[in-house]
Amino acid sequence: MAELWTGYMLPTVIIVAQIIAIVVPLLFSVAYLTYAERKVLAGMQLRKGPNVVGPFGLLQPMADGIKLLFKETVIPSGANKVVFIAAPVVTFLLGLIGWAVIPFDDGMVLADINVGILYLFAVSSLGVYGVIMAGWASNSKYAFLGALRSAAQMVSYEISIGFVIVTVLLCVGSLNLTEIVRAQKDLWFAVPLLPMFVVFFVSGLAETNRTPFDLPEAEAELVAGFNVEYSSMPFALFYLGEYANMILMSAMTTILFLGGWLPPIDVAPFNWIPGPIWFAAKIAMVLFVFLWVRATFPRYRYDQLMRLGWKVFLPLSLFWVFLTAGVLVATGWVPK
Amino acid sequence: MAETRLQNFTMNFGPQHPAAHGVLRLVLEMDGEVIRRADPHIGLLHRGTEKLIEYKTYLQAIPYFDRLDYVAPMNQEHAFALAVERLLGIEAPLRGQYIRVLFSEISRLLNHILSITTMALDIGAMTPLLWGFEEREKMMEFYERVSGARMHAAYFRPGGVHQDLPDGLADDIMAFADAFPAYIDDTEGLLTENRIFKQRTVDIGAMTAEEAFDWGFTGPNLRACDVAWDLRKAQPYDVYDRLDFDIPVGKNGDCYARYLVRIEEMRQCVPIMKQCLNDMPGGPVMVDDHKIAPPRRAEMKRSMEALIHHFKLYTEGYHVPAGECYTAVEAPKGEFGVYLVSDGTNRPYRCKIRAPSFAFLQGLDHLSKGHMLADIVAIIGSLDIVFGEVDR
Repeated sequence: MAELWTGYMLPTVIIVAQIIAIVVPLLFSVAYLTYAERKVLAGMQLRKGPNVVGPFGLLQPMADGIKLLFKETVIPSGANKVVFIAAPVVTFLLGLIGWAVIPFDDGMVLADINVGILYLFAVSSLGVYGVIMAGWASNSKYAFLGALRSAAQMVSYEISIGFVIVTVLLCVGSLNLTEIVRAQKDLWFAVPLLPMFVVFFVSGLAETNRTPFDLPEAEAELVAGFNVEYSSMPFALFYLGEYANMILMSAMTTILFLGGWLPPIDVAPFNWIPGPIWFAAKIAMVLFVFLWVRATFPRYRYDQLMRLGWKVFLPLSLFWVFLTAGVLVATGWVPK
Repeated sequence: MAETRLQNFTMNFGPQHPAAHGVLRLVLEMDGEVIRRADPHIGLLHRGTEKLIEYKTYLQAIPYFDRLDYVAPMNQEHAFALAVERLLGIEAPLRGQYIRVLFSEISRLLNHILSITTMALDIGAMTPLLWGFEEREKMMEFYERVSGARMHAAYFRPGGVHQDLPDGLADDIMAFADAFPAYIDDTEGLLTENRIFKQRTVDIGAMTAEEAFDWGFTGPNLRACDVAWDLRKAQPYDVYDRLDFDIPVGKNGDCYARYLVRIEEMRQCVPIMKQCLNDMPGGPVMVDDHKIAPPRRAEMKRSMEALIHHFKLYTEGYHVPAGECYTAVEAPKGEFGVYLVSDGTNRPYRCKIRAPSFAFLQGLDHLSKGHMLADIVAIIGSLDIVFGEVDR
């Protein structure tokens, strides 16, 4: 009996506790990311943003959530019910499970697997299924067009993301995320691999369907794109999933290029601050740029976006893979 | 080989669509994302304005003009007021004419801000819209101060304007005109040289000058095709011949040229407004003929004749000599014309309205053929269509 407890029950309880410790702050951040987005956009657009619900409008995300929760879930009569309901669940789940391998500090990670980066890459690639399922199951032309666009877009940008990751891996010599961060102890990869950093960030915008690549949900053309038929909680799940993905993408950017939990310089006042705080601060900074971009740029057209992905980013990242590999071999810096 | 029939994808764009600028219903025949045919359906905002005007006195007809192109109401009033003045054979006093030109230009700014920023919004840039509405709000306050209403002003009347400018308004408009170019610079900073914006607008919906003439285009959309045709210069009305301003023209007739022409027209509005404010003489703002313009209220307290005039004007209205005329003004969207037929009674026999947007909408199919779904949104935005005047 004791064996059952120590062998199975206890680890399960610990894992569940760890999952809760990650998911609850994550959902809280998602809620407050929507608030931050509205405040940042408002500031840039000479408005006030939410300021009525609670002090400084701080309870606005809760009010929005409660409102969506109490609304009626409308399922169109022509829709495929199972897939229609499954789509937001898939999107939301994929937004969460990526966090399993993210290291918040040295050793502070739920699953320290050796192919962490591949796992993350796979999870973010699966994200397209939620969108396609939603677009197809809605049985609506707008949603269908939105889903088609999204599929093409995500697939195109994943390829350049893949090459960017390969470049980083060449410099690290490991697929483990903790190792990737440790390799940046002296110099963040954002400095030597600056073009790759930019490509990764822009592809990240495309991967999370944010402006200027928010074609799948282009309000002005497709009304709301793939989620046009959704209401109530399924809609909220899409929303949560999208924002969780944004945070995940920022976390990936931070880990790959901005030195994860490491302080900018390893000297006295900086290394007093604990790693998770540095990590959160860097994520917040990347997220701010996401929002900043949204306030500034118009939206690409579908074919222009494909052209950018295939004709600019792909050759550029491919060239950098060869260049990095060549430099590493020529100088003998290849990591063991 | 078996014969296969290919059917294009048909999509219903609107009437409840965020990029339709009102109640536009477009039936799109698409080949994937490429538009093969765009069929605009109109009439969802039809109110029978022209027929209603036939049953109203000339004065009562004015508010209908506010409700045509509700983005620039006073320009429409201007056309009607000029048409009635022509039939009556009167001319507004100089101060009244200056005030009319001043507010026509304010309305032009109102219109161009909305047009440019909603086009940017349709393309995906939302910040210009919110910056622009800040400025529109200031101008709507000028509307309110001069007429009591923020939009449907009914301020221009046959024979002048309803009331003189209230105290301090001229100074405030001057201060606004001084500050306005900075706003244009800000907006241009976000759009003009933005690569994405240019990729979305350059060579999209392009047309030649001949095509523009064939489709009846006027205003900025015609000038974007390198045709310097502006009624303010070509057949000046009110005091436009005394003012010094330039007519900007574009080169390619595409969405980007239309955008640039509007931006430059906004810059040209500012000196016109300043000249009006500086050159404006004192004196009456309305003709001194109580058969047409109501007497002052103070006068009505003393004079029986004035009271009778007032009563007659606001019940029966005035009789306009039999005749007909076509009067057009350069509204912000283009040539806005009123063809007015009078049979000598107190009501128009016929009032035909020529709305510029109506012509733009017919050209939409021609402009959008072969472009993508996202482009049609940019084209609609750049054409500057308002359904109040298309459907009338």
